[in-house]
Amino acid sequence: MTTPSRTTARTTAPVSESTNGVNRRDFLRVTALAGGGLLLASYADPLEAVQRLGAAPSLADPSLSAYVRITPDGIVTITAKNPEVGQGIQTMLPMLIAEELDVDWANVRVEQAMLDPTKFAAQTAGGSTATPTNWLPMRRVGAAGRAMLIAAAAKQWNVPVAELETEKGVVKHRGSNRTATYGALATAAATVPAPDLATIPLKDPKTFRIVGTRTKTVNIKNILTGKPIFGIDVSVPGMKYATFVKCPTYAGKVKTANLEAIKAMPGVTHAFVVEGGTDLNGLMGGVAIVANSWWLAQQARKKLIVTWNEGATVSQSSAGFAAKAAALSITPPQRSLRKDGDADAALASAVKVVKAEYVYPFIAHAPLEPQNCTAHFKDGMCEMWSPSQLPENGRALVATTLGIKPEQITVHMVRGGGGFGRRLYNDYMAEAAWIAKETGVPVKLLWTREDDMQHDFYRPGGFHYFSGGVDANGKLVAFKDHFVSYGEGQRFAPSADLGPTEFPAGYVPNLSLDSSVMSLGVPTGALRAPRSNAMSFAFQGFVDELAVAAGKDPLQFRIDVLSSALPTPPAPAPAAGARPPQPTAGFDAARMRGVLEQLRDVSGWGKTTLPKGTGMGVAFYFSHRGYFAEVVQATVTKAGVLTVDKVWAVGDVGSEIINPNHAEQQVQGAVMDGLSQAFAQEITFANGAAEQANFNTYPLLRMRQAPPVEVHWRKTEFAPTGIGEPALPPVIPALINAIYAATGKRIRQIPLSKVDLKWA
Amino acid sequence: MPISLKVNGTARTLDVPGDMPLLWALRDELDLKGTKYGCGISRCGACTVHVNGVATRSCQTPVSRAVGTEITTIEGLSPDGMHAVQKAWEELDVPQCGYCQAGQMMAAAALLAKTPKPTDDQIDTAMNTNLCRCATYLRIKKAIHRAADIKAGITTPVTGGDGVAKPGSPETR
Repeated sequence: MTTPSRTTARTTAPVSESTNGVNRRDFLRVTALAGGGLLLASYADPLEAVQRLGAAPSLADPSLSAYVRITPDGIVTITAKNPEVGQGIQTMLPMLIAEELDVDWANVRVEQAMLDPTKFAAQTAGGSTATPTNWLPMRRVGAAGRAMLIAAAAKQWNVPVAELETEKGVVKHRGSNRTATYGALATAAATVPAPDLATIPLKDPKTFRIVGTRTKTVNIKNILTGKPIFGIDVSVPGMKYATFVKCPTYAGKVKTANLEAIKAMPGVTHAFVVEGGTDLNGLMGGVAIVANSWWLAQQARKKLIVTWNEGATVSQSSAGFAAKAAALSITPPQRSLRKDGDADAALASAVKVVKAEYVYPFIAHAPLEPQNCTAHFKDGMCEMWSPSQLPENGRALVATTLGIKPEQITVHMVRGGGGFGRRLYNDYMAEAAWIAKETGVPVKLLWTREDDMQHDFYRPGGFHYFSGGVDANGKLVAFKDHFVSYGEGQRFAPSADLGPTEFPAGYVPNLSLDSSVMSLGVPTGALRAPRSNAMSFAFQGFVDELAVAAGKDPLQFRIDVLSSALPTPPAPAPAAGARPPQPTAGFDAARMRGVLEQLRDVSGWGKTTLPKGTGMGVAFYFSHRGYFAEVVQATVTKAGVLTVDKVWAVGDVGSEIINPNHAEQQVQGAVMDGLSQAFAQEITFANGAAEQANFNTYPLLRMRQAPPVEVHWRKTEFAPTGIGEPALPPVIPALINAIYAATGKRIRQIPLSKVDLKWA
Repeated sequence: MPISLKVNGTARTLDVPGDMPLLWALRDELDLKGTKYGCGISRCGACTVHVNGVATRSCQTPVSRAVGTEITTIEGLSPDGMHAVQKAWEELDVPQCGYCQAGQMMAAAALLAKTPKPTDDQIDTAMNTNLCRCATYLRIKKAIHRAADIKAGITTPVTGGDGVAKPGSPETR
């Protein structure tokens, strides 16, 4: 069997790319390996690297920082640059390199990079950004390696490059029937000048052999045999174990502590007060206890008697937030986020008007591996092992906290036992570094589950006061939301914001989105599909109510509204202090309509007659560049026992599903994550502190509750985008809407554990 | 006072308090880090090991109570990572983050030892107290069925993986 030469099939991909708004250009560096072989490293623009880091080359071993290492035995070792927290990136990014390098995946080995942004640029796990930002750059690295191997063969055989082709790690010259393996060519290829990454031709996707195949998790044996690969497993010679006791109210400080008694406890080597600051993102005050084993540190902790200066936020409570929200809801909104037409006038003349309040709670990330970090501070240098999703931010936080420079800190990126956004924040790194510096010994800091749940950066709760109206034809003509959230003045608390493009904004002639905020002394932050995971419930729930008011099929109603874009949507003007604009600006209603149409087909929507007590609900949501619509079929017994029978998900994330194996897993996991939130997850506050501390009071979805989740892809011509988050938001409103279809009960509050679902 | 344990077939002696949970003795004293800490109150199952073949939460088992028993951890489930459960987990590519999976596999292996051909309901019952925060439950369930087949000598590997219908084909659970 022959394959056509790819030389002619290649196209040059667009070259300019923007990462975080900064145009950058990669430089490839090639090195010969001692003992034969080839090493390929890609460097961010050196000038930019210097500007970003403030100086100096990295501390990392260059062989670990290279992307590709080819040894004479033909083994290709590819470095995975991003943090792995279960999203499958350690498999996916090397697939992109291997594809263009044109090697046999069976001969690929994958190693985890250390933190070294001078070589790898962004090393992050968040925002479903890895696919869109690496789709071309990783492929270019592989393509450059292939070009160099071809060039080496061309030189050896004295034939033109254009006559050569490759297949699975072998360069071939058809004319003379010669072949050479990459392993045999690697040493010679190391002397070939590296091609310009910006202009290197890439494969025609039709010829992909690796991208688009169900590829298994690299190094899965380590997981299956219990190898020490997670942050919590790190072990360093001479290491001690630390526990850190923080004030239950956020940013509270230690007043008194019985340190002498703690130091006298068995196995305790150090006990001291950490003053801490007031920035909720930084080092908090508390008591550090260091011992010969973590369990001994916990035994000492049980004897700790500490009094706190709790600070002003001790008066906060969930009941207080709810009362304040109710008061704000009947006063004029503090700010306008968007105004089209005249919503009040349109409501006054609408044929049907619906008003509703939607409420959702604070929730915790609760990754199964509690926060942890190992640090060793010695001779002015800090070596760290961290399962962070944003290790570069972590390094910066540690540098600021300890008053040292980032280049004095080395970070090993260890696997994280789940992220979900919690590990975007690096408080545990600051704590570990501080304790390591104070003690001078290697220290592993491990939080208890209770620490983890009570000191999270929570997904903030929120309150929506909606009204909407439809005309005699069932057309949506008016929409209003007064969103009561958290923040100060014009500034929303992190992840507590609402943007001006929230659907149906831009598709209703008369619309106003307004907000009021109350102040908050609780850390909040991004949780898988941040903001979207909450907005979807409220907006897609209320849109469903409007569909009912309009007398329309809920799925068709959504397609109809999506087809009624305002002629010239006003450009969204981000308010001062708001988060940077999300890719919502690039929302393409046609793509979402396509997803809904396909969902209608695959789910059998409207075609099956279901018994009373069983119903289907639908919702869609656009987030993180991904288009998802989902149908939930749910059954509620008359006594109010809910079962999710099945979920259908359709997603449009562009032209390729790079690893269908992991993409399906991400969708199924995200769907169940959303169901888990809807079922029973809630963090409440009393006396300024979280009331839930462990899985007995914060129940997560269990196997018996897990429905089948059917995953379908709608492939479109757009560049591939990420999959970790966008499948989550639609499932919550789809469930709520299914409960309505099943029972006639409209749910406007989650979690459902607080709602009576009985019907008759 | 020294405590003697038999872990993965090997006699080990530790100098730890008798009330230290087996979890921490395994992890921090015997350097067997495959067994994980998730909640410390027996609510997540990440710390599941076998004590005399029974799936047991090591976070709630004092070492003193494990004396004289046969303790098996994920590291000792098989000499080569080729226990039927491990094979099935690999075939179906079960893990996402992987943190809970040692506990899941130990619970599954104990189930299969007692119930060679479990039904979905028996699997739900046996596995319902093992949390997976990534929610790999569909694949875990399928992998347990597959492991039962492997133990019964059925060699045809499962393709696809996780109960997801391909376009046009009816979904089967």
